Amino acid sequence: MFDIDSITEIWQTIARNKTRSILTAFGVFWGIFILVILLACGNGFDNGLRSNIEGFSTNSTFMIPSFTTEPYKGYQKGRDWSLNMSDIEAIKRKVKGVDMISPISSIYSYNGDNNVFYGTKGSNFSMKGVMPNYNEIDRGKIVYGRFINETDIAESRKVCVLGKKVYEDLIGADKNPLGMMIKANGIYYQVIGVIQAYNDHVNISGATSETVILPLTTMQLAYHTGDMFDFFMFTTARGYKTKDVQEDVKALLRERHDIAPTDEGAIMMFDFEEMFNMFEYLFLGIKILIWIVGIGTLLSGVVGVSNIMLVTIKERTREIGVRRAIGAKPALIIRQVMAESLLLTVLAGIVGLVIGVAIMAVVAGVVGNTPSEEVMFLNPQIGFGAAVAASVIIVLSGLLAGVLPAIRAIQIKAIDAIREE
Amino acid sequence: MIKLENINKTYFGAQPLHVLKGINLEVGEGELVSIMGASGSGKSTLLNILGILDNYDEGDYYLAGKLVKNLSENQAAEFRNKLIGFIFQSFNLIPFKTALENVALPLFYQGVNRKKRNTMAMEYLERFGLKEWADHYPNELSGGQKQRVSIARALVTSPKIILADEPTGALDSKTSAEVMQILRDVNATGITMVIVTHERGIANLTRKIVYLKDGVIESISENDPNKMDFTKEIK
Repeated sequence: MFDIDSITEIWQTIARNKTRSILTAFGVFWGIFILVILLACGNGFDNGLRSNIEGFSTNSTFMIPSFTTEPYKGYQKGRDWSLNMSDIEAIKRKVKGVDMISPISSIYSYNGDNNVFYGTKGSNFSMKGVMPNYNEIDRGKIVYGRFINETDIAESRKVCVLGKKVYEDLIGADKNPLGMMIKANGIYYQVIGVIQAYNDHVNISGATSETVILPLTTMQLAYHTGDMFDFFMFTTARGYKTKDVQEDVKALLRERHDIAPTDEGAIMMFDFEEMFNMFEYLFLGIKILIWIVGIGTLLSGVVGVSNIMLVTIKERTREIGVRRAIGAKPALIIRQVMAESLLLTVLAGIVGLVIGVAIMAVVAGVVGNTPSEEVMFLNPQIGFGAAVAASVIIVLSGLLAGVLPAIRAIQIKAIDAIREE
Repeated sequence: MIKLENINKTYFGAQPLHVLKGINLEVGEGELVSIMGASGSGKSTLLNILGILDNYDEGDYYLAGKLVKNLSENQAAEFRNKLIGFIFQSFNLIPFKTALENVALPLFYQGVNRKKRNTMAMEYLERFGLKEWADHYPNELSGGQKQRVSIARALVTSPKIILADEPTGALDSKTSAEVMQILRDVNATGITMVIVTHERGIANLTRKIVYLKDGVIESISENDPNKMDFTKEIK
């Protein structure tokens, strides 16, 4: 179909009316250009928001004891209650569908006084007592040393893992912190590691980078809380519904702590899965909207091409008639018109695709260089799949635009050529 | 070469128009025939049917021994391409193609390769003295040159017949004479030629004149064009 002769034929007719061809093609160019820009921006927001939750298990649930809201078994309502380590054991033993469960205690640093010191240098940071599996739910990157392990827990060792900012502020980024002693709220701990969060936006009780992490048992000893802790997180095992598991866990806790089975207020809960699902739906919605708007813009370009080509065909009645008279077969005329539309659309589409991708590559370069404190927009580029889809759409729209003009063209009879006007 | 038997043609519009009412005509190989008639006599319709540009309702049309009836678009295109060369009053050259490309176009539809068809087209242009004009576009040519290009285009496929519709209608008398001389020369090489005209001077240059009136052949007269000083006859 695309030998040199056909291309010459097509090119001659397109080049004959340069301004009109360019204006016509602009519609398609613009459609594809907008589609690419929109898709890339959509991806940019998607990537940006996803980077904010990176490292956090999206199927995790978080529970904190609160005051009871119903009287039960002789207790008044408004009773305070606490979690203890046997609750964790009971949940592990009795509730099916809990994958990982991790109890946590934390000490906030609201008042702003310096509470953590290295030598004479002090600053204000939160503290968190955790189990070894904490780093599997709210993952961070270990920059130095290691995370809390089972031995630390069993022996209640006075060791700590520093958040990256704590390490940089107190010890200095150029020094190896391992083995150094940190004084936190009056007690010395040996540094066994430094952790950097994948993100500091989704976290539990303070940004990981600005926290001193202790073994939970050490914290319980240091603050005389026995085997109690503040709250816990768990992840849902594969094949279980998070909602069901949550209800089972709550029911067990109510039973163990003499809370009314109907008391919804006694256990505060954050369902991260629900939150992340909302994100997913939001992204899906944005994607669908982008495709609708993009395709709509492109479609108006296609209608433009089709419309202009119809006019062109009308103007070329005589020429097409002459071609028919001297032996052009209908199939050849159809082929020519379709090929014209296709060439015009594909050229314009490819230019739109290339310019769109190029502009977004520049934008991506600029965005990539800005410090990633509050990342809302990251790597706004379209993937290979979207590029292929866009190319297929370009070709299809070219063919679509050619259908009506081609039908009009074969309705022209050779006799129209010699009919004097 | 051409044999028409009882050809009837009616245009069905708001008012049905019976244009051709039983035409019987034979044109032998190598003949030079003109069809004359007032406007509305049906001569253009007859030419369209001869050129397989239009179909007919009744009768039979044999071209080079083949019955031309109820052809598909593709067959008609092929017949036109191989057997018939057209010359039009308004030349009907394609404006955005050079003289050479215009002449080569019918060969393109035959699937002749580029090099060969350009060589052939150039040969025909040279034959009509248009070699140096090969790369010019139609709007850069004079009327006579345009008509010579279109004659070259009609001949390039070596057709059996040439159909000319008022070939001198848009030309001045001097150029008309030149074009008629070319057509007579072409006819002399043995190609059958049918010319539709309303100018007596032109018709007198042909061997056989068919007079058409109200859709029927009124008369057919034999003629000896060599006795005519045609340059005077054309007004």
